[in-house]
Amino acid sequence: MAELNINERQAGDVTVLDMSGKITIGEGSVALRTAVRRLLEEGKKRILLNLGGVGYIDSSGIGELVSSYTAINKEGGQLKLLNLTQKLQDLLTITKLLTVFDVYENEADALNSFK
Amino acid sequence: MTAETTELSLPSRIDTVATAAAAVAEFLSRSGITEDAAFGIDMAVREAVTNAVVHGNRQDENKTVDVSLKSSPDAVEISVHDQGTGFNPEAVPDPTADENILKASGRGIFFMRSFMDEVDWLIRPGGGTTVRMLKRRNPQLHKGDS
Repeated sequence: MAELNINERQAGDVTVLDMSGKITIGEGSVALRTAVRRLLEEGKKRILLNLGGVGYIDSSGIGELVSSYTAINKEGGQLKLLNLTQKLQDLLTITKLLTVFDVYENEADALNSFK
Repeated sequence: MTAETTELSLPSRIDTVATAAAAVAEFLSRSGITEDAAFGIDMAVREAVTNAVVHGNRQDENKTVDVSLKSSPDAVEISVHDQGTGFNPEAVPDPTADENILKASGRGIFFMRSFMDEVDWLIRPGGGTTVRMLKRRNPQLHKGDS
């Protein structure tokens, strides 16, 4: 089983990536990078990462979230985060990244925020 | 609580990070450490082993990463040794500074320091780098004399 599973679905003009597993150095980080790059190549620039199933992330995974955020912003798009676990929220708090990312607990609210 | 020591010698590959983390989790399950402390130790060990594999040994499979785990009544101490040329920990930029927040890397040492009670480095020219990390069982009782 893959370290990180990513399921893609479309909600209007927002692409939602439902993620489960680990975003850690190696396979998990690469899977996230590959998915986001592919969406940008397809012109999908409004991306919501549903991280509810991500039980573990390391500094490499956090770095990949930051890279995704800056790459999407550079293309004039938006990246938002949904359903952070308490641990991930704690990590984003101590790294001060919670002030950078737009974070939601409810998918409808997250989708509306893109409008 | 009796003292226990475990030593591991692992290849310089990315999958060594998961191998080391699994060994540490197994070690901690016998150590009576709290779940919160175990989470922090796991984070710190993964970052330390990642640094040893990627930055220290530069994924040279002829070089090993040596991990030492010690459990005592007061603390759990973990050392990670690589065969790299070393670095200056004080020169590593603060990843929470405004100019660094959007950088993709540079948070590993910050996590190690955040989750452990003590982190220090022993760097021997030509002899590799050892990072020693300590997690006290009861930080409130520590009076700086242990």
